[in-house]
Amino acid sequence: VRLHEPARIAGIDQPIIGRVARTPLSSGQADAWLLAEGGRLPCDPSGYLGVLALGEPPPVSGMPIAHGLRQLGYLDDGDVVAVEPNGFVRVLYRRASPHNFILVTEQCNSLCLMCSQPPRAIDDSGRLGEHFRLIDLIDPSTEELGITGGEPTLFRDGFLELIARCRERLPSTALHVLTNGRLFFYRRFAEKLGRIAHPDLVLGIPLYSDIDSRHDHIVQAPGAFEETVIGLQNLDRYDVRVEIRVVLHALSIPRLPRLATFIARNFPFACHVALMGLEMFGLVHQHLSELWIDPADYQPQLRAAAGILCEAGMNVSIYNHQLCVLDRQLWPLARKSISDWKNVYLPECNGCSAIQQCGGFFQSGTKIRSAHIRAFNP
Amino acid sequence: MSAYGLLPFRFLRFDDARTLVVNDVGEHLFLANDDFARFVRHELPTEGDVFLDLLAGHFAFDSGSLAPFELLATKYRTKKAFLDGFTSLHIFVVSLRCEHSCHYCQVSRVSSDRTRYDMSEATARRALDLVFQSPAPRLKIELQGGEPLLHFERVRQIVTDGRRRAEAAGREIEFVVTTNLALLDDEMLAFFREHGVFLSTSIDGPEALHNANRPRPGNDSHAKAVAGIRRAREALGHDGVAALMTTTRASLQSPEAIVGEYARLGFTSIFLRPLSPYGFARRSVRTTGYTMREFLDFYVRALDSILELNANGTYLAETYAQLLLTRMLTPFPTGYVDLQSPTGAGIGAVVYNYDGDVYASDESRMLAEMGDTRFRLGNVHRDSYPAIFGGDTLRRIIAASVAESIPGCADCAFLPWCGADPVHHYATTGDLVPHIPTSDFHEKNFFIIKHLLSLYERDAATRRILRSWVGQGIQEIRQERLHGKEVA
Repeated sequence: VRLHEPARIAGIDQPIIGRVARTPLSSGQADAWLLAEGGRLPCDPSGYLGVLALGEPPPVSGMPIAHGLRQLGYLDDGDVVAVEPNGFVRVLYRRASPHNFILVTEQCNSLCLMCSQPPRAIDDSGRLGEHFRLIDLIDPSTEELGITGGEPTLFRDGFLELIARCRERLPSTALHVLTNGRLFFYRRFAEKLGRIAHPDLVLGIPLYSDIDSRHDHIVQAPGAFEETVIGLQNLDRYDVRVEIRVVLHALSIPRLPRLATFIARNFPFACHVALMGLEMFGLVHQHLSELWIDPADYQPQLRAAAGILCEAGMNVSIYNHQLCVLDRQLWPLARKSISDWKNVYLPECNGCSAIQQCGGFFQSGTKIRSAHIRAFNP
Repeated sequence: MSAYGLLPFRFLRFDDARTLVVNDVGEHLFLANDDFARFVRHELPTEGDVFLDLLAGHFAFDSGSLAPFELLATKYRTKKAFLDGFTSLHIFVVSLRCEHSCHYCQVSRVSSDRTRYDMSEATARRALDLVFQSPAPRLKIELQGGEPLLHFERVRQIVTDGRRRAEAAGREIEFVVTTNLALLDDEMLAFFREHGVFLSTSIDGPEALHNANRPRPGNDSHAKAVAGIRRAREALGHDGVAALMTTTRASLQSPEAIVGEYARLGFTSIFLRPLSPYGFARRSVRTTGYTMREFLDFYVRALDSILELNANGTYLAETYAQLLLTRMLTPFPTGYVDLQSPTGAGIGAVVYNYDGDVYASDESRMLAEMGDTRFRLGNVHRDSYPAIFGGDTLRRIIAASVAESIPGCADCAFLPWCGADPVHHYATTGDLVPHIPTSDFHEKNFFIIKHLLSLYERDAATRRILRSWVGQGIQEIRQERLHGKEVA
């Protein structure tokens, strides 16, 4: 699924964000792009933000229009798009998807060796306005919304305002924030987030080692371990729920059971621990020799770590693993974590009896993979 | 200059090859003796896993990072969190009368003199006033005796009134009735069911042993208890009734049979308890008594038998081992009042006697029955909550019970897992502060903790069984300690 496409535009000199209206609206036209198909308008476009046309432009004038779109035919009522002055149409929110997220910023204060979305050192603080606008337009019945980056907390008060805005406009939408948690080292920041009292907020925070220097190496940021672990404590102090995320690779595997003990002992309050297979895109390719380990070769450590966490009463999930490389005892913990539109299966998977339960592969991550992929026979 | 500094820990030469190190928050590691020597001389190589384990376990630090100190501070607060809510367990002696005449019983009377030995309605009401002045977030009321079912009218009053007050105040409350079940009838069961009351009973072993320990008219204590357990499970659910056993001289020969009886009756836990040294039990030492060493031999055999049952697929946990292992293997405190530092006497649990006198613990009131009332904190009719719970009597007990300051305890490797029992030491030696080399309390806990560590280290299968006992209770502890934070 493509999330952006260049269009031909007229009458657009600044980004215009709006809901998609495939069906004519009885109210709220001023926030909506009217969707036209095959050169025909579904209704009179006056009062709408503008017209978004799949294929040929319909006969309109005196209002913004973007036409010539081919890939975004899936757009439907309630989806949210931004139309840029340079002609790009970006899909910010799809109402039918369970995987919507706001990419708050592309900046980050870490540079993890296996980052799947490498940060950029740009000032993109202007995005905040777009995020607020998006939050206002998202359907309040949305079940879950991701808040991600980059490092979303880098905007500090802007981040807090974002969470507060979600609480106000989307009170029944669960928020899942991906953050390195480092800024919560500052107790006041954690306190301010706690004070927002969002009813359904979880911060997913990575911890890669029980040893500070090893964690700091993996995230390429000296002092990050100290900031993250104290951040975790501060978040708990102010009743913000946290999830701990561990990416499994050659640098985290050797002490994985010790890390599990460390988590059970120091962060028993974490609401969830995710043990995640390496995603094969982004920076990982530059550090492959340092990071790669065949998942089939780390099953003893994974089994031990999962056992320690489960016995400690913690909720544990294993993400991004094909079932054929996962110890059968661990299958109950495996989640189909790869978004349905990102996952694929291999020729080896043909006829596999477990394929319905298996998350498969990331589309972009099938080249470097376990040597033990095979089909289960019924 | 050394590449690392040491954080507070205690150690024990565990055996010929290994030294056990335990930090202030109860995390432990076994080190080869050589590694230990190098570690404390600041000569341990900092790249090796031994050092990294010590670093991650907060036995050492190697930078200016605040993380180990912040984490230790939080863990220490968590371990001592049993102090947070103040007194949560409130024990009501609703009657001293009992129709059993157990050899080891500490206080009960076979008597029909209701006015003399039953708790009055007014006393119960005043005691409840005190219960609800406790700041504890979760209250637990235990009704015991004597045999509380002999005075069911009072049980009914305390439960209904307690439940009503808790609802009015929006507080959590739980009720347990400690009973031999012999007098349990359908009306009582219906009442317990309606009010969500749990039952705790006594099973000492197979029928002959149980009946010998627990005489009653008709010599049918075992049959009555077993029938009561079956009916209670039908009415209240399988976990609605738990059982405790008391070890007598007659028990010492039959640990396997006792354990087998618990399995046969479908219990998931057994609490192997030695005789308490108080009351009538002390007088009949020749018929029922034994040395601590004899008890510990019994304990080891019984535990072996329990482990074998578990290995063969029957889940049965030993409650004392479960308690100690939870302290050793998790960051959480446990609620057991006889093994806290400072002691749980008065500040964790309190006893309201039938006559309105308030005692710091069950042991304190037993001592009073023998004529020594020094642990009486006051009386529900005469004294206020601050006078009872803030008075000199309780302060003296607590001040003597900080194991961290007791000679012999302060430097013991097991301190973070252990506690103090000043009332027990007073009863056995006349001194609130124990003389550790001769203390039976020390003998018991030191031996059992060391034995559990040996079992835990012995093989993966045993370790799995012991961990499963910890796991069994952990969700409840997590909910209590984390205030349901993880309920998504």
